[in-house]
Parts: sequence; C-alpha cells; structure tokens
Amino acid sequence: MTVLALHGVSKSFGPIEVLHDVDLALDPGQVHALIGENGAGKSTIMKILGGFLDPTEGQILLDGKPVRFSSGPEAEAQGIVVIHQEFNLAADLSVAANVFLGREPGGLRLDHKAMRRDTAALLARLDTRISPDTLIRDLSVPDRQMVEIAKALSRNARVLIMDEPSAVLTHREVGTLYDQIDRLRADGVAILYCSHRLDEVAHLADRITVLRDGRVVRQAMRGEMTEDDMAAAMVGRELQDFYPPKGRPSPDPALDLQGLSVPGRVHDVSLTLHRGEVLGIAGLVGSGRTELAEGIVGLRSATGEIRVNGQKVAIRNLRDAFDSGLAYLTEDRKEAGLLLDKGLTQNLTLADLPRFGLWRLDQRAETEALAHATQEFDIRAPDPAMIAGKLSGGNQQKLLLAKTMLPDPQIIIIDEPTRGIDVGTKQQIYAFIRRLADEGRSLIVISSEMAEVIGLADRVLVMREGRIAGEVTGKDMTEDKIVRLAMGVSGEAA
Amino acid sequence: MKPDLHTLGPLIALIALIVLGALLNSAFLAPANITNVLARSAFIGMIAVGMTFVITAGGLDLSVGSMAAFLAGIAIIAMNAALPGLGENWGTILIGMGVAILGGIAAGFLNGALITKARIEPFIVTLGTMGIFRSLVTWLADGGTLSLDYGLRTLYRPVYYGGIGWVTWPIIAFALTAFAGEWIMRHSRFGRHVEAIGSNDRVARYSAIDVGRVRLLTYMLLGLLVGLSTVLYVPRLGSASGSTGVLWELEAIAAVIIGGTALKGGRGRVWGTVVGVLILSLIDNILNLADLVSPYLNGAIQGVIIVLAVVLQREKRTADER
Repeated sequence: MTVLALHGVSKSFGPIEVLHDVDLALDPGQVHALIGENGAGKSTIMKILGGFLDPTEGQILLDGKPVRFSSGPEAEAQGIVVIHQEFNLAADLSVAANVFLGREPGGLRLDHKAMRRDTAALLARLDTRISPDTLIRDLSVPDRQMVEIAKALSRNARVLIMDEPSAVLTHREVGTLYDQIDRLRADGVAILYCSHRLDEVAHLADRITVLRDGRVVRQAMRGEMTEDDMAAAMVGRELQDFYPPKGRPSPDPALDLQGLSVPGRVHDVSLTLHRGEVLGIAGLVGSGRTELAEGIVGLRSATGEIRVNGQKVAIRNLRDAFDSGLAYLTEDRKEAGLLLDKGLTQNLTLADLPRFGLWRLDQRAETEALAHATQEFDIRAPDPAMIAGKLSGGNQQKLLLAKTMLPDPQIIIIDEPTRGIDVGTKQQIYAFIRRLADEGRSLIVISSEMAEVIGLADRVLVMREGRIAGEVTGKDMTEDKIVRLAMGVSGEAA
Repeated sequence: MKPDLHTLGPLIALIALIVLGALLNSAFLAPANITNVLARSAFIGMIAVGMTFVITAGGLDLSVGSMAAFLAGIAIIAMNAALPGLGENWGTILIGMGVAILGGIAAGFLNGALITKARIEPFIVTLGTMGIFRSLVTWLADGGTLSLDYGLRTLYRPVYYGGIGWVTWPIIAFALTAFAGEWIMRHSRFGRHVEAIGSNDRVARYSAIDVGRVRLLTYMLLGLLVGLSTVLYVPRLGSASGSTGVLWELEAIAAVIIGGTALKGGRGRVWGTVVGVLILSLIDNILNLADLVSPYLNGAIQGVIIVLAVVLQREKRTADER
C-alpha cells in the first residue's frame, strides 16, 4: 500500500518546464532512491512532496487520496518530513528543545520533564548516545543529523525525505546513517533518498528512480540496475549544435599551476591552460572546483606556483590576479557577483573603477561603457537606470560577464556559466565564451552540468575530493567517463 | 537622474518646518536666529556627514560624542601646556587644533582597526570606546571642568563667533564639509566603494575592493570630522568636561537616518543628512521660540520624526518592488 505518490506531475517556472509527467510511489518500509544530474529535477520533486511547491499539473496522492499542501508545516502535520541538507536546528538550544520546537508540551510553564523523557525515548529508539540536554552546537554533524531524524520521528513521520544525507558525513559516519535507515525501514517508514553517490544507492535502495531533464527515464527494483546502468541512465543525451564549434588552442601555455593547494579543500593540483583554450573542470559539488578557482585568483589563501605566460606570479589577493590578467566570474551571482540593489553602471564598473578616473569618476565614460557592454553582451535592460536585481537571471549573468571582462583579462575562470538561466541565454553565453577563446584569451569553465562541460570545452579535467581525478580529451569526452571519474567508480561501461 | 521621493521627503519636511516656524514667530527668520540655528547645527552636522559614510559602509559609531569631549579635553590641556613656552598667540591655538584633529584621526583608526582587524562588531567596539573616551575626559578633568586659559580663550573666540558677516566660521565649515562629503560620496571611487561594501560586502570583495581598508578609512574620516568639529566647539565655551557632547552620537545617527541613509548600509545620502540635522535643530529652535508646546517635549517630537522617517521610507521601498 503506497503512502505517498506523485501521479503525472509536471512543474513549470514561467515558460520553463522543470518536471514532466513524473510518477513516483513511496511505500512503507521501503527506501526509494531518486538519482539524476544537477538540474534533473530532484529538488523540485522533494519540494513538491514536502509541501513547499505546488505541481503545475498532476496529483499528489496521500494514502491513495489526492491532497494539496499549502505549506511545509501542513505536509509535516500529515507525517511527511523533509530533512534538508542544511540542518534546521537552533544551535543554542538543547536537543530536547529542538525536537519539540514549535510544539512544546505544557501550559504556561514548559513541561521540561516530559520533553526530556520523550526525547530520550526517541534517541534510544535510534540507538544513539546523545543526551537530550546537550546543546546542538556541541554536537558533531552526524549527531545533528540524528537529532533531525529524532525530530522527524517525534512528528510521527510516515514519510521521510532525505536530501543527500551522506554528503555531510565522513565514511565512518555514513555507516551509522545506514544503520539508522535500516531501523527506520524496519519500523515501516517510507523513505525517499536523494543522492549523488551511486554506490550507496546500490547498497540502500529497494527501488530506484532515475531522472533526466525533468523526466523519469528509468525505474527499477533492487538488484535490477548496476552502478554503471545508473550512470548510463543519468547521462546519455544527444548533444546537438547547441554548442559552438570547438576551437584550436595554441600550444603556448597561458596559465600554469604547479602543486596548488588550498588548505583542507584542494590538494596539490597541477594543470596547464593553453592560449585560446576552453578548459572544462567537472566534478561533484564540493569536489573543490570553486575553491581551486578562488585559490588561483587570491580569494582564498593557497600555496603552490602560478605561472602566467611562463612568468612566475605572486597572487595574494584579487587585485594581484587582475594585475596579472586573470579574472574570475563567481558561481554565486546574487551574493558575490552583483549588487542587486544598485544600478547597471555601478555594477559594470565596480571592479575596474580606476579606469574611470583617479579622483573624480567620469560618469559619462561609465555610461558609455554600459552602452558598449549592453551591445557586446546583448544585455536586455528595459531601462538603463534600473537596478540589477530587476534584470532576468540570464541578463544578470550577461551583466556579470560584462563586468568580469571590463578590465580586459586574458585568462578568465568562469564558475557555473549558466546556473539558473534559460536555454536561449545559455546558448548565447556559450557563444560568448567561445568567441573570447577565439580572440586568443584562455578560459577555464567550471560546471556541474556534464553536457555543458563536454559541449563547450576543448579538454576536461575532473576533480574529486580536492584533487584532479583525471583528464578526458577528444573522443573520450563522454558523460559516462566524466561521471565515473567524478564519482570514483572504476571499471568500464557495459 | 530625477530626484526620487526618498530624497524629496526630508526636504519637504524641512520646508514645512521653516514655514511653520515663520508663521509661529516673526523672529524665526531673523538673521540672528538663522545664524544661531546653523552654527549650533554645525558640530552635529559635521559629525553626521562622517557618520553617513560609516553607516553607508554598513558600520556604526557610538563613540563620537565621547570622542568629541575627549578631544576637546586634550586640546585644552595641550594649549594650556604650550602657553608658557609659546605665549598667547595663534601658534599655541594651532597646536590645540592639531591635537584635536590628529587625535580624532587616531581615535577613528582605533575604532576602525578593532572592527576590521580584530573583527569585532562595530556596535560593541564603539560602545566600549564610548565609555573609554567619556571616562578619560572625566579623569583628565578630575571630575570637574577643563578650562582654557582666559587669554587664549579671548584670542580663540572668533573661530566660533566670527565669520564673514552673518555667516560664521562653523556655518562655513559645515557647508564645506557637506559639499565635500556629497562630492566624495557621489563622484569618487572611495564613495562608490563605500556604497558597494554596505550593499553587499561579498560582492565588493569579489570585485577586488579592499573591504577592510575602506571600512577603516570611513572611521578615520569620521574621526577627522569629530576633530574638526571639536576645533570649532572649544572656542564656544572654552572648556570641556564629562558632560560635553553627551548624546551627540545619537543625534548624529538620527540625522543620518532621517536623511534617508539606510541603517543597514548601501545607500548614502549626504544632502539628506544635512537636511536631517537641520530638521532636528529647527524643531528644537521652534519649540523654544513658540510657546505652543513645551520645549521639554523636544525629545519626544524628535523621536516621532525619526520613527516616522524610517516608516515612510520603508513603505516607499515595498511600493517600488511591485
């Protein structure tokens, strides 16, 4: 008997459809794994199940009856609890206070005794040794996860939705998590388990659903799919001429890294970027790609040797990187890229103000620079005096690209060039990137979208756990090969 | 660029106050009264212009009132000490001025360095230095008053009372500060950086702006302006004590807020601050001239104005977003 199911669910954000006709069923006592690439629609499904989003079409069925949740708490009241990757715990409160947060027993005076007793019982059920009186801030990450699970159980969770629960855990801690999941399964809880790690999916899941581009491409029961099958199902899409033709990089090195390390994040990375080349860097979120980029341009302290055009350079901060002809376009457009409450001109020139005057900023020259940039990068702004936050995501990204290119850098590192933007603008940005390379600039493109890295790059490096796990070029540049390197799956595709 | 309601709001309020004042008492528009109001606004005004930069960069400085008292104290001690050697002349007074100005820059550096280098919250740092400066001046005065030598006081007096016709030196200094402040905020790289940092310091950092250095400079600029306003304040009374400059910090912050600068930073309006200062001192002046409302209610009316100013600005902002 299915507890919670999606039936023919589609979801669109404006003109963009992110889920198409998805069927998914969660049964009591079963772990249902949901896998797919970034952007495949996993988090949208989790949000719909957890009551944070409404489907555009289709139904949510709870015990076979159609339901509509207007909010997360409403879904929680029905026993559907989402454990987010970022924990939802108050660090300065005790374990017991967190478990009962918002539903404290007692009248005017809180019933501390009951809270402590019930929390202790829940924790005992999970077989942990956490004390109900400990403050969350004093707990380790896996213990906090246990508290989240206890909190879910205290809400009589019948359905538990877990978003990459193992991503925050070390190898040993993952073992404890598996034990807890087995225990919950034995208790008859239905679990939706989203993960990137195919090995753990193979180990845990009773049922597997593979998503690609918002569609369910494969559903299988335990033992019916190997890790290779999963990887193949997750990728395997045709690449059309969505991407510009590849370039012909010159053999001259533009950027040379020798043993670059960012303490705790990136270990001993050496690479060479050639002039006119687009070098892709792939890898899972958290594999150290962004940290490597920030280490190169001086936003993080790094050790190792950096050579630009064969000359050794010392980069202590971003200004030094600019002076060496490097630039970095951040993945976090809204929080690190643009001042959303400021005008387009102010955003465009912010990183290159000295060009507009030593003392008095030449605002006419700035306006001209904006006019030039809107033309060159096709920034569609209904009103040039508007604030950047009112531009669409795609136009924001173009503005950010224009801002990055303003100091005329020769080596550009672009982190997630097309995150959260529509398909049409994506294609434009790919064309801009290729044009920059054809003009003799050298680019590193970091992306979580395999298809993008393959379609755009002349050569791809794959990072895993802070190291370069391998390089793929030419005919070897397949999603399958990259996924294998990124996930550390050995062996050849079937 | 067309002026928006955020800028116009305080200006309209100021004009309404002037009209009200003129209707209530004919002496209100007399040159002597205007000079008086403007000259008394100058101290808070110059400090408030500096405060605009600090707040726009996302900071806060609670120590400026105590700092002014402390700077006045050490300037007086320095002048009195230099008197036997140098005699009763401008050289001695210049030493006092130099002590106040350099002391102000140093005090601003202290605040800024604790905030940017030691990474302590601006509120905490300046709450601490507020107590320290206040206590130091009380200690230097031994609980009483530090008085400038009588002869020097007579020589120094025209710096506050003198000027060009009705326009006294404090008014001139305030006006120059306001023009310079506005120019720096609007037209210089520093001003642009200050706004960027207050708007989102991570974006600023990712745009190769030395965030710590710019923040430090805002506190030093404020310190410098506190020093300058002390230079003009000392000749007014010729003394300093533990009760000099009490609550100046709050008046300066209030003026900045009334003027439309967001307390969370990112948007600085130097002209607005000037208007805010004038609004606050006009309310005081009108209450003293007209016996409509007791002057004892001055603080209450100012409080209402501050809250009202913020509420009006917030409503406008949400209306913008639609």
